Amino acid sequence: MTSAAEPVLVVRDVVKTYGGVHALNSVSMSLVPGEVHCLVGENGSGKSTLIKVISGVEKPDSGTIEIEGRVHQHLTPNDAIRSGIQVIYQDFSLFPNLTAAENIAMLSELAEGRAVSSRKRIHAAAERVVSELGLRLDLGADVGTLSVADRQLIAICRALVSDAKVLIMDEPTTALTHTEVQRLFVIVRRLQRRGVAIMFVSHKLDEVLQISQRVTVIRNGRLVESGESSGYTRRAIAKAMTGRDVSEERLVSDLPGATPVLLSVENLSRSGGFSDVTFSLRAGEILGITGLLGSGRSEIAEAIFGIHPADSGTITVSGKERSIRSIKDAVHAGIGYVPEDRLTQGLFLDTSIAENMVASSLDSYRTRWGLLDRRRVRRSIADLFKRLRIQAPNVGAVVRSLSGGNAQRVVLAKWLDRKPSILVLNGPTVGVDIGSKEEIITILREQAAAGMGIIVISDDIPELVTSCHRILIVHDGRIVAELAGDEIDADEIQQRMAA
Amino acid sequence: MSQVLGRLRGPNNEGLLVAVILVVVVVMSLSSPAFFTPGTFFALVRSSMVPLILALGVLLVLISGGIDVSFPAVAIFAAYTTITLLRDRSLDPSPVVVFLIAMVIGALLGLFNGVVIARFRLPTLIVTLGTQTIFKGILIAYIGSAYISASGLPSSVTQVSGAHLLDVSGGGYLHLLIIPVIAVALVVWAMLRWTVFGRSIYAIGGDTEAARRVGIRVVRTQVWLYMIVGALAAFGGVVYVILGRNANPQSILGTELDIIAAVVLGGASIFGGRGSVIGTVLGVVLVQLINNNLVLLGIPSTWQRAAVGVLLLLGVSAQALGAARARSRPVVVQKEVEA
Repeated sequence: MTSAAEPVLVVRDVVKTYGGVHALNSVSMSLVPGEVHCLVGENGSGKSTLIKVISGVEKPDSGTIEIEGRVHQHLTPNDAIRSGIQVIYQDFSLFPNLTAAENIAMLSELAEGRAVSSRKRIHAAAERVVSELGLRLDLGADVGTLSVADRQLIAICRALVSDAKVLIMDEPTTALTHTEVQRLFVIVRRLQRRGVAIMFVSHKLDEVLQISQRVTVIRNGRLVESGESSGYTRRAIAKAMTGRDVSEERLVSDLPGATPVLLSVENLSRSGGFSDVTFSLRAGEILGITGLLGSGRSEIAEAIFGIHPADSGTITVSGKERSIRSIKDAVHAGIGYVPEDRLTQGLFLDTSIAENMVASSLDSYRTRWGLLDRRRVRRSIADLFKRLRIQAPNVGAVVRSLSGGNAQRVVLAKWLDRKPSILVLNGPTVGVDIGSKEEIITILREQAAAGMGIIVISDDIPELVTSCHRILIVHDGRIVAELAGDEIDADEIQQRMAA
Repeated sequence: MSQVLGRLRGPNNEGLLVAVILVVVVVMSLSSPAFFTPGTFFALVRSSMVPLILALGVLLVLISGGIDVSFPAVAIFAAYTTITLLRDRSLDPSPVVVFLIAMVIGALLGLFNGVVIARFRLPTLIVTLGTQTIFKGILIAYIGSAYISASGLPSSVTQVSGAHLLDVSGGGYLHLLIIPVIAVALVVWAMLRWTVFGRSIYAIGGDTEAARRVGIRVVRTQVWLYMIVGALAAFGGVVYVILGRNANPQSILGTELDIIAAVVLGGASIFGGRGSVIGTVLGVVLVQLINNNLVLLGIPSTWQRAAVGVLLLLGVSAQALGAARARSRPVVVQKEVEA
């Protein structure tokens, strides 16, 4: 049905280079009204550059953008906005210090070239969009005080306040929980019925297949495939994105029968967080903990690492009961913790691999005199470099020059250099593309095989299914299910999480 | 209850400031009978006029996410240059023209600040530290370093110097220039509240990149902003000259801290995006109250500087606490969407 309509946006042979490197190499695509078109690709494949070119933020070296039949060679952000192209950026680009109403409707005041701004008019315009979409939002509240999901809704409202014809959503679901994503999709379908052409950028392939009619894959700045979503599977898209077969099967080797118990948690409770949490972790095991946002999954990890200590219950590490009242206690007990987002951030891009690796553990390299033991530092760096198989000429290479996957290895090296016997990772692959995700999981498997106990807290269910020996499901602060072996199944987990 | 308190506190702690000012007034009245008189009140108003004008400029810069330390240099540069120009050519235009000439000079200096900051996206503190020194140098080297006394000022200017709106028995008076000062404050208030330009300044201060993305012309807005700030500083400089009946290329310089402290106390965020004219007025009044009357409490005047420093820290701490409060507010996770 959609293919019959005239495309509202046509991108023709767009080339964009940065210092001789092709970010986009002759990319052409089109969007028709009322379709959801997914753009997928790994980090650095050129997705963001393409969005910037379409929204006029970056000028292409050659090629044209055609909006409703009008060809633009030099599109400015204002041209794009005036022609009905709206982008919802990953960070939403909202103003935290202004009210929801102003965030939504300020744009139209600007677009109309007004000099005088009226609160009444702004409020009315915002109210109109919000009610059209059937939402309930506190329009008078400062955006900085609202939840992530609400901010996203505000970003959508803002995009729609001035009759958007093309809506580009750049990884809109990264910060949302499963239920929030489903609500977002309800809105996306509503927009679709209104004839808005939607370009949906994501690397969560389940979502891509669920929401879109067409899929376009780009890799290394080239468009590699494009077609009807119904003709694709997760696996086929992943292959097109990475250029190789990405395994998403359960690849969990059995634990050798009698590995020692590294961590045992009994009746751990913290008021307002979780209660009666009991589980154990064996050497070589990868344990997944999942649950909805606010279920208490992060709080359990934070209690084990002493960030917000538990009120009652015991934590036993390697057979010895430990009182963990602070982060220092936890580190002392051999527990390491990688907080959320730290695998995608937390690198000094312009310094070397070596310096990054030891950045957070320099304290442990003190000699008797309090000076840095350079020889020991060099030894650990060389060891980690080899163990994690980082592909770079040498440890002196600048992190910025590394590929995404290798940069992530450096981050992991940084955390591993603290030599924990138990490593807790909170959302290790949030915002990480599929190829790098696989690499992180591979490294975790290797560390586990070498005898480390690993706890992964995540709501990325396919990822847990591929990598975990056991999965605990948290609901309302209690562990409601423990799945192991063949019981581990994505649908099963999904149902139990929501139950 | 807490809601009522929240409303009284105001969006930028304005209510809190009123309370502090009231406490200071009560304490000073109790400790010195000389304090609670119309004379003291009018002296406070008089000493607040120049700081208020300069503070309004600082407020605009702070809201946009910057910090400006060049405004005292701009103020005295514009005022002194204008007076020198008029004296050298033996001109004696109406006071309005004097203000206009100075404001054009101030706007040009602001233009320089704005172009450097907006075009090259440099940190505002460093840029204005640099331009402050440049302006001072040019003023002393090329325009003049001599003190110009009342006899050297154009007679229209000295006439305004003696224009009182209201005289009270006991020596106090309300100066005529309070009218244009209040008018300027109202204009800035209206601009921030009701113009797209004003709201754009808040937006830029909230998130510059987001502002660029929604189509606000950030460079152009910033350049205009710094021109307005320069013109405001010049206005303040001329008021200073008129009130003091002299033009000295060294005056006003060094008042940065007091002014910035007053604006921050008034609730403007040093991180940009927040601030109000009413808060700024209250902040200026509080700083002047302390500066003028600490002596009445028996505290040596040498402690004035320290007192202003303490006020600045208090203002910043109040902001940090406010930010923490906003963070700890529970977020409503569930929002229903009907299919």
